[in-house]
Amino acid sequence: MEKRITTPLTDEMLKDLKAGDSVLISGYIYTARDAAHKRLVELLKEGKELPFDIKDQVIYYVGPTPAKEGQPIGSAGPTTSYRMDAYSPALIEVGLNGMIGKGKRDASVVEAMKKHGAVYFAAIGGAAALTAKCVKSAELIAYEDLGAEAIRKLYVEDLPLVVVIDSEGNNFYEIGQKEYLNSTK
Amino acid sequence: MKEIHVSKITEAVKKLCIDANYYLTDDMRKRFEEAKEKETFPIAQGILDILVQNADIAKNENMPMCQDTGMAVVFVEIGQDVHIVGGSLEEAIHEGVRQGYTEGYLRKSVVNDPIERINTKDNTPAIINYNVVPGDGLKITVAPKGFGSENMSQLKMLKPSDGLEGVKEFVLKVVKEAGPNPCPPIVVGVGIGGTFDKAAYLAKKALLRSTDERNANPFYANLEAELLEAINNLGIGPQGFGGRTTALAVNIETFATHIAGLPVAVNINCHATRHAEVHF
Repeated sequence: MEKRITTPLTDEMLKDLKAGDSVLISGYIYTARDAAHKRLVELLKEGKELPFDIKDQVIYYVGPTPAKEGQPIGSAGPTTSYRMDAYSPALIEVGLNGMIGKGKRDASVVEAMKKHGAVYFAAIGGAAALTAKCVKSAELIAYEDLGAEAIRKLYVEDLPLVVVIDSEGNNFYEIGQKEYLNSTK
Repeated sequence: MKEIHVSKITEAVKKLCIDANYYLTDDMRKRFEEAKEKETFPIAQGILDILVQNADIAKNENMPMCQDTGMAVVFVEIGQDVHIVGGSLEEAIHEGVRQGYTEGYLRKSVVNDPIERINTKDNTPAIINYNVVPGDGLKITVAPKGFGSENMSQLKMLKPSDGLEGVKEFVLKVVKEAGPNPCPPIVVGVGIGGTFDKAAYLAKKALLRSTDERNANPFYANLEAELLEAINNLGIGPQGFGGRTTALAVNIETFATHIAGLPVAVNINCHATRHAEVHF
């Protein structure tokens, strides 16, 4: 059974999202990957304002392909999340409460998620053409010089995700793989 | 002597960059069908369906299967009796990549320098490997390589005493450590032997081989099958959510090596395993 949620994520929604849940997310989300994360965290260190209000927002780790004429975006699947591990705790601390990517996260990220309340979702890695269909609009809001790595504000409808790490720190990669291995015994 | 004009090479490379990124190869579609039949875990079955659906959308709408359209890795097999005319072969290839990535709406993912990191904005330079062969043929293969899987690749200089068991252990260790990161189901390229650099080259080259073909040496063909089975017993599954289908194929390439060495390189590729080739 899929859970339908709309951003921004509230505390109640966070509590209700459990590792392994299939989710269809709608609403505004922000794109950022390696280079943009580096700049965001540098701004925080200098005590400056971020280019968008990050409180209760969701960041999608994606560097899309260029949009063809008349389309909001090109292919737009998730990039591997661990490269953002060095930056995510600082962003979670100032209010980020949802991350979308793929792959494992560092213990420091999970700790910050538990402490401040945040959820880590996986989008389907490699299913970038399909994911693009869920993006209804895209607006470049910062760091145009970074090209595919610029920050974009996306409006998505029913983007399919799986909760990988919930706000209690449960990890679906571990749970799912264990479940499969038990099923073959 | 056969003459080939550089403009033809640029045109061909441009098309190969686009085709490789838009269209899943027939052999990979077969591997997906086989995997779906063997997969018993419901979430894994669902992911395999989604990935095939994604390849269909990409094909029907002429768009990239994945947003990471890669760094363009190019293999050139040039006959010693071929004469390239009209300019530089190398520049003709880079120009093909430039045009393919621009006109095909592919992502420009290359930075000028590993530390300075300024995007070159046209996905050049490509990584080009040349091989001179007898005859007057020219074969160009373009294999766009995404870095989600490239980053999960490893190389180790084993000791001869580590032997076959050491090789197997290392391949499984690399796949286990990669876990969900390289977008499983993956294709695993293994290079055994040669020198440090040759092993890595062999692992990359292994990924160019169609997954319909097994290593011509029955010993290594058996090893490919054995490793595939062992990898699919790890339980990682599609996307790392659990399941049988962790890998769709293991391709091994080997070369002679030194009395003191046993280099092993493991190059991981995602399910798309893109490559397209042209013959002149």
